[in-house]
Parts: sequence; structure tokens; C-alpha cells
Amino acid sequence: MAVAPDTLRSSRSRLRTWFGEQPIGYLFVAPFVLFLVGIYAYPFFFAIFISFYKYIFTAPGAQINQPFAGLSNYTAVLSDPLFHIALRNVLIFLVINVPLTVAVSMILATALNGRIPLRGFFRAAYYIPYITASVAAVGIWLWMFSGSGLVNKILGPLAPNPSWLVNGFWAMPIIAIYVTWKGLGFYILLYLAALQAIPKELYEAAKVDGARRIGAFFAVTVPGLRPATVLVVVVSIITGANFFTEPYLLTGGGGPDNQSVSPVFLIYREGIEQNHPGYAAAIGILLAIGVLVVSGVSRFFLERD
Amino acid sequence: MAILPAEPLAATAEPVGTPTKRRRSRGEWLRLILLLIGAVVFLFPFYYMVVSALQKAPNPGISGAFPSPSSLSLANFTAINDAINLPRSLLNSIFFTGGVLLGTLVFGMLAGYALAQLHFRGRETIFYLVLLLLVVPFQLLMIPLYVLIARDFGLGDSLLGMILPFAINPTAVFIFRQFFLQLPRDMFDAARIDGASELAVLTQVVMPLTRPAILTALLITFIGPWNEFLWPFLITKKLQLEPLAVALANYISTVAQRTANPYGTILAGAFVLAVPVVILFLIFQRQFVDSAIGSGIKG
Repeated sequence: MAVAPDTLRSSRSRLRTWFGEQPIGYLFVAPFVLFLVGIYAYPFFFAIFISFYKYIFTAPGAQINQPFAGLSNYTAVLSDPLFHIALRNVLIFLVINVPLTVAVSMILATALNGRIPLRGFFRAAYYIPYITASVAAVGIWLWMFSGSGLVNKILGPLAPNPSWLVNGFWAMPIIAIYVTWKGLGFYILLYLAALQAIPKELYEAAKVDGARRIGAFFAVTVPGLRPATVLVVVVSIITGANFFTEPYLLTGGGGPDNQSVSPVFLIYREGIEQNHPGYAAAIGILLAIGVLVVSGVSRFFLERD
Repeated sequence: MAILPAEPLAATAEPVGTPTKRRRSRGEWLRLILLLIGAVVFLFPFYYMVVSALQKAPNPGISGAFPSPSSLSLANFTAINDAINLPRSLLNSIFFTGGVLLGTLVFGMLAGYALAQLHFRGRETIFYLVLLLLVVPFQLLMIPLYVLIARDFGLGDSLLGMILPFAINPTAVFIFRQFFLQLPRDMFDAARIDGASELAVLTQVVMPLTRPAILTALLITFIGPWNEFLWPFLITKKLQLEPLAVALANYISTVAQRTANPYGTILAGAFVLAVPVVILFLIFQRQFVDSAIGSGIKG
């Protein structure tokens, strides 16, 4: 090749101006980008595709024509009484979980903020349930809330009959309380970090205005933590829409009598166990839209003054 | 930790003349009691797990929470080992978690480095696309991923199929990127002028300087697959491949009720599953706390 050295250099520098100084960066991010496309982006569109088909599982490599189903999966899901129960359960979950999470983690974080003996111990204690495997934590709760378990032994005649986890009324509240208990440590840390960002002057101003400790909590701490609260509420909504291990293990498969089924539990049961992936994918899409709308609406209401 | 809102407030909100010190310590006592109640609520179940796992005969009464040492034994651990083969399930958990750690360490760090320190066209766009993709909830992806990995790729009942959806932990990539962004630019330029390749800069200059970041990222990455239940549960039908969380869950949902001390056995398994993470947490508390706050701010 009879290319003059300086044209070579200039074409190379032209490449540099186009691709940037270190084009090797493409190579470095490529595996991660491929991973995200393969594990997030492609399946996302595939989920939409499946939801419009009467999709049939096939053996690896087999090619069959999947029959188009239009909106029939969606109409079937929307008119399914089990899906209604699952949505009701998400609602029960959120009504219990969100206020409890916000109130308890805000109070504990405030109590933990500042100089206090055993601070490190408390912070660690609150965080341990959060990092423990659901399957292990569920095991403990199964034992404590079983018919002849510790909770009923303490309550004596006040124990509900049938017991908590096999009681249609109590199964969902127990799931909600369990998830709240398990997640609180994370939210306490979030609030603790957010507390550091509240300017000290605000507390001094409240003090000048004659506010006492409780008054300052409501006048300064609660509004100061609002951005963190928005985050807590949104994360709770996402968690609430996605719980699976709890109905599967804690209440023995969404029991009693399907009273604690969750949308994701239905996705599993319908999609994998009953071989209706189209139907299950439609639940997933509706669920994702629901989460988007509900968290958007709650953000709007929490963020405006 | 320099801001102590409650204390200066309590101290100065006093009417003049009242002994400040007494009042302040009463408020502190109240806080302490509140925190202690919290600690009991969070920790008692774990204490109760250990105690019940060690009891030969189930004792659900209040006395069961404070057993005499003579009623303790390791029988439940033997029983759960017989039921779900603890070494095998632990090994499966280790392979699953190890694969994810390896993928995250290699490809996650390369991506974090490129996104933080390398200049190439479209870097910002790629970063924002990554953020956008991560909003998609895993549960929505469950069915298509199952079709894709178990049916199309035929990777059902394989370690690779188990690892694939978790192969690179995106949160770890963000942690890497965050830490790499804080390194001074001169340092990179100096190494580059010396003729080091980007890979050499990463492994010989950047990595030794960012050990805390690597540790933090690996710790949060560890917890994910170790605790994960849903995906390995979907993808494994063979007992031989089940990680501990799945083996224990299957034991809870199918076998346990037929045994003499079902809860004791379950809790022995739960103990084995929970202990590695709790120990790691107790050793590396700071890294965990930082990563939680970091991921919160990111979200």
C-alpha cells in the first residue's frame, strides 16, 4: 500500500475525532451492553410480543407457529377474579407497608441520628433482616406464626382462629408486616443519610420560633426528609407489586383459598406451572404499567407543595 | 456525622434556669429505649431461629425461647443435611454466586472503567440507556427470560442458565464508575505517557487504588445470588443443581410437614443459609452501609 505516512496519521486522527480519544472504551463496555440488551432490552420487547400471542413453550431448537391472540390475553387477565384478588392484595400490602415503613424508619433514623451509645450496634441490628435471604427469614416467621407457635402462645385466647397464615383475613397483613420488618433497615439508612443533608440552621430557626423537640420533628425533619420519603414510597410500590417468595412460602402458595396471591405469584403459576406464558406476560405488562402510573402519581402528590 | 440536630436543640430549648443536663439525658434515655425496642424486634427472630434450630424437640411455648442447655442438640442440622444435602446445595450456591462475582469483577469493572475514564463518542448516551434499562422490573422479564434461557438456549438445569441473568451486577458497575470518576486525571495521563495500555492502567494503576470500591461492589454482588430464590427456582428442576435457598424452599413447601420436628429442621437450614451473609456483614459493615446509601442516592 502506497499510502503516505501523514495521510495515514490524518485518517487515524480523523477516526479519533469521530470516535473519541480512547475508542477501546467500546470494547470495554461491549460485554456489559450486550448483557443488558440480552437480559433486559430484548426480553422486555419479547414480553410485549408474547402477551399478544397464545404462546406455546417449545423444546430447545423447535420451530412452531405461535398463534396470534390479539388482546385476548389482556381481556382474560382483566376479567380474571384471581387477578382482581392479586390487585386487592397489592393494595392491602401498600396500605399497611407504606405508612408503617415511612413512620417507623423515619422515627428510628431520627433517634439514631447523633451521639447515642451503641449507635453502631443498633444500625447493624436493623440492617440484618434486610440482608438475610427471604427463604431463611420466612422460615422463622413460619415458625413464630404457626398455629401452635410462639405468637399464639403469647396471645393465648386472643390468637386468631384459624391461625395467622392460614386465615383469609390475616394472611395478607402478615405478609405486609413481614416485608416491612425485613426492609426497614435499608430505609433507616436512607433516612439517616438524608438527615445529614438537613441544614442545622433550620433546627436553630425552629428553636427561635419556640418549637420543642416534637415540634421541630414535624416542622423541620419531616419536610426536610421529603425527597427521601418520595424514594421510600416509590421503592415500596415497586416492592409491593413484585413480592413472590412470601405468598409462595409463607402462606403456602397464595393461600388460604388464594386469599394471598400476588401478581408475580400468578405470573409464575399461570406462566410456568400452567403453561400460559402469553397470559402471564400480559399480567407482567399490566403490572409494569400500573407501577409506573401509581409511582408517578404518588411522586406528583409528594413532591408538590 | 457532624450534625446532631436533636441534641443541641434539646439543650438550648430549655427555659433558663432549668438544669440542662438532666433534661437532656431524659431525652437521650427515651431515644435509647426506643432504639432498644427496635433492636429487639429486629433481632429476636434471629435469636429465636438459633435457639429453635438447636432444640431437639419442638417447644413453641415461651419457655422454648429460653431453653435449658440440656435440651440442645445438633439433631436438626443432621436432619436438614439428610434432607437436602447441605454440602451439595452449599456448593451449588457457591458456584452460582462465584460465577456472578467473576462476571461482575471482570466485565463490570471494564464497563465501569470505560464509563468513568475513557473518552469515546456516545459514552454518555450509553450510560443513560443503561439507567433507562434498569428501570424494567425483573418480574416482567421473568417469562421471556425463562422462554429464552430454558427453552430457546436449552440452558434449563445448568449453572450457566442460572448465572446468566445475574452475570454482571449493574449496581456494582455504578459503584465502580463512581469510584473511578473520583481518581485524579493526571494519574491516568502519566501512566498513558509511559506507554501503558488501557488494560494495564486499569489493572496496575486503578485497581490497587480502589480496593474499597471493589470490596463494596463484590459484597453487594455476593448477596444477590446467594439469597436469590425466584430465578434459580424456575430454572432448576434437578435436585443436584439446586442452590441452598432453593433446596430449603422446596423442603419447606413439600417435605417439612411430614417430619417430626419440621420447624427445627427448617430453621437449621435457614441458619446455614443466613450465617455467611450475616458474618460478612458484621465484618464489612462500613462497605455495606456505604453501598446502601450509594444505591439509594442513585435510585
